[in-house]
Order: sequence, then structure tokens, then C-alpha cells
Amino acid sequence: MNILAVESSCDETAVAVVADGRRVLSDEIFSQVALHEIYGGVVPEIAARSHLEVITLLAERALERAGVARRDIDAVACTYAPGLIGAVLVGVNFAKSAALALGVPLIPVHHIRGHIAANYLAYPQLEPPFLCLAISGGNTMLVDVRGYTDMSVLGQTRDDAAGECFDKSARVLGLGYPGGKPIDDLSRQGDDRAYDLPRPSVHGDNPYDMSFSGLKTAVVNLAHHAQQTGQPLDKPGLAASLCRAVSEILLGRTMAAADALGYDHVAVAGGVAANSRIRGDFERACGQTGRQLYVPPLRLCGDNAAMIGAQGYYEFLAGHTADSGLNAYATMAL
Amino acid sequence: MTYTTHSESETEALGAKFAENLPAGTVAALYGELGCGKTAFVRGMARGMGIDCIVNSPTFTIVNEYLDEEGEKPLFHFDMYRLAGADELYDIGWEDYLCRGGVCAVEWSENVPGAFDGDEITVRFEKTGDNDRQITIEGGPERC
Repeated sequence: MNILAVESSCDETAVAVVADGRRVLSDEIFSQVALHEIYGGVVPEIAARSHLEVITLLAERALERAGVARRDIDAVACTYAPGLIGAVLVGVNFAKSAALALGVPLIPVHHIRGHIAANYLAYPQLEPPFLCLAISGGNTMLVDVRGYTDMSVLGQTRDDAAGECFDKSARVLGLGYPGGKPIDDLSRQGDDRAYDLPRPSVHGDNPYDMSFSGLKTAVVNLAHHAQQTGQPLDKPGLAASLCRAVSEILLGRTMAAADALGYDHVAVAGGVAANSRIRGDFERACGQTGRQLYVPPLRLCGDNAAMIGAQGYYEFLAGHTADSGLNAYATMAL
Repeated sequence: MTYTTHSESETEALGAKFAENLPAGTVAALYGELGCGKTAFVRGMARGMGIDCIVNSPTFTIVNEYLDEEGEKPLFHFDMYRLAGADELYDIGWEDYLCRGGVCAVEWSENVPGAFDGDEITVRFEKTGDNDRQITIEGGPERC
């Protein structure tokens, strides 16, 4: 079954063709395309409505690269929630039109379910149930994936996302945006015990909820004090201490949930999975406890449409299709 | 009016008090550096408006939408941190949000001076210590 999949929930416009939920035939992402090929000029960081300018061209290209004719598309899937509403609407309306024109089913997909499904593309043998930690610039969520379309959020961040904590700390340390990679690079030269950073506790009774805002504020305060007192700031040490703190928060919650629910399979999704400290800590902890760890390659960790095609296939099998009355939603429970 | 808070939860409580009985259409423009309590204040605003949901940072998504049970007066939580100018304000559909009968709380208003028409309430956050914040609330049509 060939699914034409569309993703436009935030900055990236993406279209892919995925066969049977597992095989990526093409995977086009606007921000990765040589820009002058589509339209010259600078890429705005905030794509939003400019999704409209590129989505048709991306779809044409996705079909061409996949070597699939329009009549061989069996369904159209799209991200319908959550995201920036104007941006999501572009993808939803494009998908509705395409499904109508092709006379095939329309499949709405939750964006975070898509991120989790990126693992199915990277690991053909992976099947639910498993535990998945979704960590990105916008999300930090621990999900109990009982089935392909049966899942629940065990815990999530109460304030900033883990990736945001890296981005904003990087800014304070004078590193670039996005901050994940420069912090990671700098941290390799530093002592991860140079600074005693907090592991913010979370109010409420959910042991799997997380908080990163206090960690960000602690980094800001350290940089500020150093500036005021004229004392040098050990930036590599601070970066290493920060990576350690973020990793410990994530790992602690994830392993506690894996223990409590009895999971031997642990997956990570989202761009923050690229962090070497987090990856290393998870590999070590899973190795020590005899668990299998799944971390998709970076290309599948960021926003992309292939993951929407993967999840779309399983939503279709579960009978989750929509008609042309489908709407987009800024917020939506998983 | 200037307030001093000594913890994140006090900042949140001030936000709750501030948001009680805010009329639909209110725009609160928040100004202040990283880690000075803006998101905590907005979390309080949601509580003050009777909205029971997780309020987390919209830096990545630009806008979070929080709906109350009746769906009558939503809270639109903006974060303009990643925005660079008026064109991008158009891109995110800023003017559409103003017409949707909700309350808009706007973090990083510094980045979008063109968004405001003078009727907004400004909320300025200043760090006076690691945990202490000075919060100044000014303006709004009904307060002048």
C-alpha cells in the first residue's frame, strides 16, 4: 500500500511516499532541498504560511523520486494536530484535495505519533508494545506504546522541552542556534561535574513528569554571575554538566517507567536523541539491564513526512480515516 | 503597578490574579530576558482564567492554544523568541488570533514591536536576584 504523506505542523514542509508503513520510497523536506531549485532567496526560519508556496512542488517531486504514478497512490496521510494552526491547515487542505482528486482515503495523523513511528522505518523488526521517549525542541514526552494506535502519555515536561533547554542555554553561552549540536560538541571537552546543576522536581503526583525550566535558569544565573564578578566561566564544563543533568532527568524517568511497566524495548524519538551524552547513557543503561534500545538516525528524528506515512499506514489498518470535513487542531491529546 | 515575587510559584500566583476577569480580546505583552518567569506567569494566567491544562513553553511552536471547558475564552500563548519581524507576524496568523475572542499572552514582545496598537497591557519582568523578580504591569484601555 503506497501512502502519500504530508507534514507541515511547524517549520518544515515535507512530503513523502511510504510503502506498507515501513519502506520509504521518497522523503522530501523543503528546508533540505537545494533552495534555488524551488524558489530563490532566503529560507525563513518560520515557514508557516510559506508552506503553501512549496507543498505542491514537493509533492510532485516526492512522486517523481519514488517512481510512483498518481494512480498508484492508495491513500493520503497528513499531520492534522498539534502545531501552529496556519501551518497545519496548509498540509491538511492539500491532503484533502489530493485524496479527493485521487479518489483514495484520507488519513489524519497525530504529529507525535508520527515521531514515534519513525522507529518503524529505522527498525523493520520493531513492533509494539514498547516504551518511547519523544524528545525534541518542542516536545518532551514519555509514551506507553501498547499498540500501533493504542498509546498513552505517561509523563511530559511541565515547562520547557529538553531541546529548548539546550537551545536557550546555548544562546546564553554565545553558541549558535539550534543549540543542541554546539553544546554537545563543547561538552566533550568539559568535566561533567564542573557545575552542580539542579534536577528540578515537579509539583504534582505524576512521577514521570519532567521540568527543564529551572535548569535553563540555573545556566543563565551562572553565566550572569560570571559576567558580574568577572570570573571566567568554564563553558565546556558547564555544557558537560548540562548534558549530564538533562540526560539524568530523561534516563531516570524512562528507566523507572520501563521497570514499572516491565518493558524490555525502549525507543527514543525526536532530534534531541542525537545528543551523544543522552545516547551513551541510554545505551549503557539499557545494556546493563538487558534492554533493547532503538534510536532512529538523525534524518528521521527531525520533522519529516516519512514518519507520517509510517504511522498513517497503521492508522488506516485501524480504520482511522477521515472525510473532507477534516479539520486541523493546534492542540490534541496523543 | 510593580510587584516583587520570590519564587516561581509566587510568579505563577501573580499571573493567576492578573488574569481573573480579563476581558476577551486582551493582549498582554510580556517583556524580559531568558529565565525570568514569563512562562510561569502565563501558567498562572491559565489557572486564573479557569483553564486546566499543562502550560508549557511555546518557543518551538510559536503559539499554544489553551481552551476553557466552555470554549468561550481561550488563552493564546505566544512566544516570539524565534520571530524576526513583521512578515513573520503575518506568517503565524497574528491578526487572526486577535479576532478569536480570547486572551493573548505574548512572550518576547521585544521581537515584534509592530504587533501592538497601544491598547495592550505590558508586563515587564526583571531579575533582582536568583529567585527574586520585579514585575511591572501597566496600561490597557480600562486602566488608563
